[in-house]
Amino acid sequence: MTLYTRRIWINRLGITLSMLAMSLGLIALLWILWTLFSKGFAALSIDLFTQDTPAPGSEGGGLRNAIVGSGLILLFSMLIATPVGILAGIYLAEYGRVSKFAAFTRFMTDIMLSAPSIVIGLFVYALFVATTGGFSGWAGSLALALIAIPVVVRTTENMLKLVPTSLREAAFAVGAPRWQVSLKVTLRAVKSGVVTGVLLAMARITGETAPLLFTALNNQFFSTNMSEPMGNLPVVIFQFALSPYENWVNLAWGGALLIAFLVLAVNIGVRIAFRNKDKR
Amino acid sequence: MSERDASGAVDLHLRQVRRFRLQDSFFHHSTQLFAFVVLATLVGILVSLTIEAWPSLQAFGPSFFWTNVWSVPDDQYGALAAIYGTVVTSVLALLIAVPISFGIAFFLTETCPPWLRRPLGTAVELLAGIPSIVYGIWGLFVFAPLFAEYIQPPLQDWLGDVPVIGGWFAGPPIGVGILTASIVLSLMVIPFIASVMRDVFETVPHVLKESAYGMGCTTWEVVRHIVLPYTRVGVIGGIMLGLGRALGETMAVTFVIGNANRINPSLFEPGTSIASTLANEFGEADPGLHIASLFTLGLVLFVLTFIVLAISRWLISRSVGSEGL
Repeated sequence: MTLYTRRIWINRLGITLSMLAMSLGLIALLWILWTLFSKGFAALSIDLFTQDTPAPGSEGGGLRNAIVGSGLILLFSMLIATPVGILAGIYLAEYGRVSKFAAFTRFMTDIMLSAPSIVIGLFVYALFVATTGGFSGWAGSLALALIAIPVVVRTTENMLKLVPTSLREAAFAVGAPRWQVSLKVTLRAVKSGVVTGVLLAMARITGETAPLLFTALNNQFFSTNMSEPMGNLPVVIFQFALSPYENWVNLAWGGALLIAFLVLAVNIGVRIAFRNKDKR
Repeated sequence: MSERDASGAVDLHLRQVRRFRLQDSFFHHSTQLFAFVVLATLVGILVSLTIEAWPSLQAFGPSFFWTNVWSVPDDQYGALAAIYGTVVTSVLALLIAVPISFGIAFFLTETCPPWLRRPLGTAVELLAGIPSIVYGIWGLFVFAPLFAEYIQPPLQDWLGDVPVIGGWFAGPPIGVGILTASIVLSLMVIPFIASVMRDVFETVPHVLKESAYGMGCTTWEVVRHIVLPYTRVGVIGGIMLGLGRALGETMAVTFVIGNANRINPSLFEPGTSIASTLANEFGEADPGLHIASLFTLGLVLFVLTFIVLAISRWLISRSVGSEGL
């Protein structure tokens, strides 16, 4: 075999292996989604939304308390994370171009993006649950907010950086103070991007289980009291999936489908919205 | 206009400017305060975990980290089994994920037809979007049984008698265990490593690649000898990012690792990791040394991932500039 044919064959081998790797990734994605849909749809019924989680070993039941609990915990965590994240993002983008403090904060935010979520749960337990005397929906919201904040900060900052300097200068030239330029000109110019960041942060925390285990705990009854332990989908899925009861396992699949559907819908929706914008 | 009116207008203007300055300074400092929240969280985690872990650190000393005992009835704790499980699953996951991620990045940047680039890239990113608990139940109910039936027995037949590595594949093929956890983990970190690799591959100047192609290099040679050396730093950063993710992953690992608090040379045997020990035991932990020891585990995990992620971010930002996410 000449050197030339050997090089060609090595090249072909490399390309084939790369295609194999790509298809492996796709197969994994489709396999997980297919399992989720086939097992989840079997568990999907109107009862899932209208009935509460059943007692061990009993038939029927749904996930109403967990769905409502998850919704409340998510709502409040986003109410905390959105303003904090956006304002911190504004600081990094508008004031933090040169300051050492901002560069340091940016670096730490990037680390927090990937920090293990279970440690956030431990932190909120030590800070909040142990000191106020009990697991509660608020503790869960706080833990999830701490995970969502870095996502909102980084997307807000990245979006604001895209605003052309001339737009800022035009606003300064007509005498607007800096805070008005930030809030009424630059932030408004990237409104959709910031909303995207908030949605992605929400999608990120929707499926987070680990930080809720020792903060919101779980509650098998319907409750809208945020000061008490609160049922939520991820923890219910965790407990039910590992239980010996077939009915519980089925409900876990139904819950997993709900969560995955929400997360993927946000992820895909955001991408489609942005692609249409690119074309315009 | 009389003189008095004019000076009044100047006064008004001055007052306006002063008010704006005050508002600006307020705005500056309040946004700075919110940026500070992120830093405060980080420091707060370190401080509060250390405080909570203190009783255990005092009782067991540094030997906590290399003692292989975890007994609630005897109130004796050591982290070795959990640290071993965490490190072994993460390293194995990387051994599987790195070549596949490289293949995906190679395909997406060099050989993929342009119209497929976007949908395939999105598909890989969606893999990162799937919540870890979904990987967990998929791993437990779908992957582990198939693994036990079709992959473990042949692996055992094939490699079980080989000296040295044979012991890695000993034990009953029950599906859950260290190796299963590593495989599920590898699926979870592939999207992170692959998208960093793709991003850094795209930073290679076209002139460099074109000149290599011009000299008659094949695609493979261009990637191997031009793209990889040029992006080495960023690629290592991407791998470290995957490692940081794998070390801290909780739910998926908890489902498939088997949760046995011991060290076993066989990869088919169940084990435990720091994160899965926390997920399993923290909720029902006894106050005192048990809970303090769990906090120590959390502290170890946080410091470990912090170091790995800090190195990773530093390498990536040197390579592509800090983009976040």
